[in-house]
Amino acid sequence: MSTGITKRIIACLDVTNGRVVKGVQFVDLIDAGDPSELAHLHATSGADEIVLLDITATSDARPILIDVVRRTARQLFVPFTVGGGVRSLADASALFDAGADKISINSAAIKAPEIITEIAERFGSQAVIVAIDAKRKPWLASSAASGAAISAGGTISAEVYLAGGRVATGRDTVEWAREAESRGAGEILLTSMDCDGTRTGFDCPLTAAVAKAVNIPVIASGGAGSGDHFVEVFKAGCADAALAASIFHFGIHDVRELKAQLQREGIPMRLPC
Amino acid sequence: MITLVDYKAGNLTSVRKAFTYLGQESVVTDDPALVRQATAIVLPGVGHFFTTERLTSSGVREAVCEAIERGVPFLGICVGMQWLFAGSTEAPEAPGLALFEGACERFNTTLKVPHVGWNQIRRAPGSAPSRLLEGVPDDSFVYFTHSYRAPVVDGVSAVTTYGETFAAAVERDNIFGVQFHPEKSGDTGLRILKNFCDYAAKGVRDEHWDH
Repeated sequence: MSTGITKRIIACLDVTNGRVVKGVQFVDLIDAGDPSELAHLHATSGADEIVLLDITATSDARPILIDVVRRTARQLFVPFTVGGGVRSLADASALFDAGADKISINSAAIKAPEIITEIAERFGSQAVIVAIDAKRKPWLASSAASGAAISAGGTISAEVYLAGGRVATGRDTVEWAREAESRGAGEILLTSMDCDGTRTGFDCPLTAAVAKAVNIPVIASGGAGSGDHFVEVFKAGCADAALAASIFHFGIHDVRELKAQLQREGIPMRLPC
Repeated sequence: MITLVDYKAGNLTSVRKAFTYLGQESVVTDDPALVRQATAIVLPGVGHFFTTERLTSSGVREAVCEAIERGVPFLGICVGMQWLFAGSTEAPEAPGLALFEGACERFNTTLKVPHVGWNQIRRAPGSAPSRLLEGVPDDSFVYFTHSYRAPVVDGVSAVTTYGETFAAAVERDNIFGVQFHPEKSGDTGLRILKNFCDYAAKGVRDEHWDH
């Protein structure tokens, strides 16, 4: 039986210094445009949600750019998530005031997980996304895309990283996703650092491991390069949503065309959109 | 002028900017006196049903009831719609307004709960033509995010299916409610909010006519 709900295609804007940028595996950034213009472009071309991440806010130890958020949110009428450098309930409140519907927390949630509960109690769990940057353990990373990276215990072994992929935590990805859910997270945004920017496909085994471990939606991120990759992450990866950046920014894919392909492959999509 | 009721349970910015986009002025308040003077009331709500208790303790509940009684157009969004029912098993100690029959319960499904994302609405079988959904075809997509759902009873104008079929919208006289977020549902959602604004504007004109 059809569940009725569609799988979501999310366009991500990685922002630094007020401009959208794109890097490969979190480094080597190039300019991709204005956040407000790109957000509207993606929304009108069929993206189901927009995510704006200030990717250097944490590493620069500065607050997120509120005016960029406000300008981007003003005429955006699809769900809008903002993340990067959210450290406190006050930071989150300021972003909601500026027009964010959800905030994404990453480093701060690992350092002080009670912030998840604090924001969820004030604004609702639906407004709290815990973002996890995951990297396979070195001896398994090479097999991430092959689906063979299962440890002896039958579980996926990936480590959580902080500060835009700059700091290893020693925490296990699946275990941290479960804890985030129990503390009140409404969704998990899972980025594979091994796959990010490579355009070779999502880390489907890792996505599936997290999606099966929690009862909240899991957004897969990192590695999108073709329509087939999206098909794989919704089928084998059990993702509820898939996020991509560069393939949309540079017009390699029209979101509507991508959604039509997925619909043909039997994946429920919001169409027409 | 739309009066947006703030009961410190979430974020009103998105709803407010949708009205601004539609050229509709709005004011945000938690003051029962201002709610009493309102010509149209919107109650957005997110999070736990228990937060609706704040409406009772602050006196806003009484003010809303009086306004509804006088025929002031009212739109409840998400928990704001659930509040129009008798209550929710999420917080049995917090009674709703019981303007529609039955109570909200957690989704009874093996699917993931919460229900988050874009899903389709369609007219409830046998329901009267909806003023709120005018110009919105069946199977239009809207954005949901919730774990509890209201039953399909008299007054339900649209339904949605997620493992089971539940109330997506209610409508009776001057009372409207939507389980989804029209402010996040693209052009479909804007059309629904515009329909409410148009109805509210008409209500004010009729009132002047009577005088």
